[in-house]
Amino acid sequence: MSDTVLDIEGLSVHFPTRRKLFVAVNKANLAVEPGEIHGLVGESGAGKSTIGAAVMGLLERPGHIAEGTVSFKGEHINGRDADGMRALRGAKISMIFQDPLTSLNPLLTVGQQLVETIQFHLKLSDADSKKRAIELLDRVGIPSPSERIDQYPHQFSGGMRQRVVIALALCSEPDVIIADEPTTALDVSIQAQILELIKELARERQTGVILITHDMGVIADTTDKVTVMYQGQVVESGTTEQVLGAPAHEYTKSLIAAVPRPTLKVHRFPQLSYGGRQIAFHIDDLARNWERPEPTKSGTLLKVEGLTKTFLARNAIIPSRRKYFTAADKVSFDIREGEVFGIVGESGSGKSTVARMIATLYQTNGGKIFFDDEEITELKTAKDLESYRRQIQMIFQDPFSSLNPRMRVDEIIAEPVKHHKLLEGDAIQHRVDELLERVGLGSDAGRKYPHEFSGGQRQRISIARALATQPRFLICDEPTSALDVSIQAQILNILKDLQEHLGLTMLFISHDLPVVRQMCDRVGVMRQGQMVEVADTETLFASPKEAYTRELLSLMPKLEGLSTEGLEDEIV
Amino acid sequence: MLTYVLKRVLQSALVLLVVGLVAFSMFRFVGDPIDNMLGQERTDADIARLRADLGLDQPFPVQYYKFLEKAVQGDFGVSFRQGRPVAEILVERAPATLELAAVSGFLAISIGIGLGVFTAIRKDGFLANMIMSVSLIGVSLPTFLIGILLIYLFSVELGWLPSFGRGEVTHIGWWSTGLLTSSGLKALILPSITLGLYQMTLIMRLVRSEMLEVLRQDYVRFARARGLKERTVNFRHALKNTLVPVITVTGLQLGSIIAFAIITETVFQWPGVGLLFINAIQFVDIPVMAAYLMLISVMFVGINLIVDLLYFAIDPRLRTDGKGAH
Repeated sequence: MSDTVLDIEGLSVHFPTRRKLFVAVNKANLAVEPGEIHGLVGESGAGKSTIGAAVMGLLERPGHIAEGTVSFKGEHINGRDADGMRALRGAKISMIFQDPLTSLNPLLTVGQQLVETIQFHLKLSDADSKKRAIELLDRVGIPSPSERIDQYPHQFSGGMRQRVVIALALCSEPDVIIADEPTTALDVSIQAQILELIKELARERQTGVILITHDMGVIADTTDKVTVMYQGQVVESGTTEQVLGAPAHEYTKSLIAAVPRPTLKVHRFPQLSYGGRQIAFHIDDLARNWERPEPTKSGTLLKVEGLTKTFLARNAIIPSRRKYFTAADKVSFDIREGEVFGIVGESGSGKSTVARMIATLYQTNGGKIFFDDEEITELKTAKDLESYRRQIQMIFQDPFSSLNPRMRVDEIIAEPVKHHKLLEGDAIQHRVDELLERVGLGSDAGRKYPHEFSGGQRQRISIARALATQPRFLICDEPTSALDVSIQAQILNILKDLQEHLGLTMLFISHDLPVVRQMCDRVGVMRQGQMVEVADTETLFASPKEAYTRELLSLMPKLEGLSTEGLEDEIV
Repeated sequence: MLTYVLKRVLQSALVLLVVGLVAFSMFRFVGDPIDNMLGQERTDADIARLRADLGLDQPFPVQYYKFLEKAVQGDFGVSFRQGRPVAEILVERAPATLELAAVSGFLAISIGIGLGVFTAIRKDGFLANMIMSVSLIGVSLPTFLIGILLIYLFSVELGWLPSFGRGEVTHIGWWSTGLLTSSGLKALILPSITLGLYQMTLIMRLVRSEMLEVLRQDYVRFARARGLKERTVNFRHALKNTLVPVITVTGLQLGSIIAFAIITETVFQWPGVGLLFINAIQFVDIPVMAAYLMLISVMFVGINLIVDLLYFAIDPRLRTDGKGAH
């Protein structure tokens, strides 16, 4: 095609290491036309970002392009020297990074960073550069740009910062923009706005966009074409409709099958059959040795009433001048024994604050918590509190920071058992080995340290740790949002098994509505510290009562064009 | 902003009060000065009279208050050994120390930051690795040993530079400077290197590790992706962010340059306040010791105050009280 702006042919990127050659990208092909948004999708480590870096000439050493060509408007660019690449970078090809909180220099004003870039590329005068900077900020939708141009990045919210980043990428009217996970760090509503902006800009300026993402929802809603990568190789490429609706390659099929759907509920996620990543989870063995407590009389395991938490936003000596921030405002709900209760909301809505108060990690500023008909907020002695804490356990979002890197895995899992003095001597090691076997890691895993495991494996270690005290109640705070979809499917399956076979009650916190739909029996929607609506999951998705809930649901990617191959047996 | 500065100034004043108390207690608790001042043939009446004359019969807080009152006016009493007002001796000695500290501080900061940036940018370069290895000597050898080695090499063996003293000095008003004569400058070289070497290597290693950290940040990658020149990326975007944590340590180090001048001044017989202090200790010259203690603490507190204010100048995130508009 003659009007292709960026054409990647047979590109291979190699990272020689001391032991062996690591092939990050293997003979990849990809072509972008003006005004087209081309999605590049795959799981972490698939080589998506490496392609972006290779095009920009920003590969980290010792990585290099081993073979293949990158052509920009028909001209080979991968042989260029550093100066030649710099002339292209930012001027003809721009890049947008994932995290808007870290991609702006905190010590320079937004205007300084824009003007610097505009002056460098377009050689305009100070006044003209500033004028153009204001125009750009206005174009990307920043209100009152002439005032905000003199502000520093920290004075902008996450979504606004990503708009600034986009303005920076547009400084010199590039022909191609490479957007590397541009909305992964943002809330759903902001994500929708940013994607809309990228779409508009691509149409309006006839800019070709490579949208790198792991999120099938983003791909389905935004892109014209899509290329699927797996372990450095392009496995499938075509129009979005065709690839998502009728995938040809086995990997694409398994990937699409693992995506939680907002519109249909599945009983279990089909295990990814591609690449032999199946894991064994022995729930029956675990259930056999599980000590089940007496069921509660009322059927309600956890009940919170008017739960409130305020944080000091600004300290002052005079109490009246102190400023407080209400993170949770009179939140009330109850969770029946054996059910999964979901809390959804955007970041800052107070979801995690509520969870931490229930876990007694935060002191409450008001309200009551009842567990098994006993008021927890009234518990005075440490002994009573310990017994409550044994019965509730938490699984955190980040599998990397929630495990102590200096402790061995068996020590990590044994710690809660030892702390609560549940077992003694060899029985502890026996419990640890058993748990590791059950979550599919094998007892040998106990002798290793957390860094030797992948994100999904670590999350299974977290699950084993949470199960070590044989709790009744599990709090899962965004347990899968840091994971790839296939791994997410595994973890969600494990959690479903735990609930069904061990009768565990769960509080499941997530910002991801499709996941919540798959997991939860009932859902509470939180906004700015308040519980807006509580309803049965199916009722909430079918007929939301509150305006905010409707808004959240409307922003959710619909994924209607996605193939349902492999899901047939699981649809509920 | 104003409340922040006021708070810092109040804190500094509190620190100085406490140091003043310690300095003052030396008079009280390191022996009775009356014993030293009156001879064998004293009578009880003599002692009582002298006590009253010196105000030593008054209660402790009153005495402390009077000490402070005089100290802020620059009156630290009379040196036991030299019989001259301590303030006068200090004024005479201070320029030597301040000059030495300023020159070595300047060397430490400029060379330290320069080499730090160089070794960070050329992370795996041969020269950068050499500099890193050599810098280990700077951090591991004690100051006096470096001084003695330098004297041995440049004064004894090569005979290029003087081994002690300040050389010829010129007087400008009450300030005496060695910067205007060649012998004064020559005399300054070895002591300032000795004094500044440790701080220089420390600053260099700190700048290097901070800069490597900053160079990995997204905003540096993003600046590169916008096609900006390497120089702009390294100095405008990376270096400024590097300096935020470096400033704290550097501030403390400048304080210790003045405090550690004692050792260097002893090795090089440099006629500054450090040498004065060492001599004062030998003769239990308490007024001089107390004044020195106060002087050093004023400098430490002052430097820290400046460091805190520099934070404001450099980091905009501190200026807004966290009231980011959204």
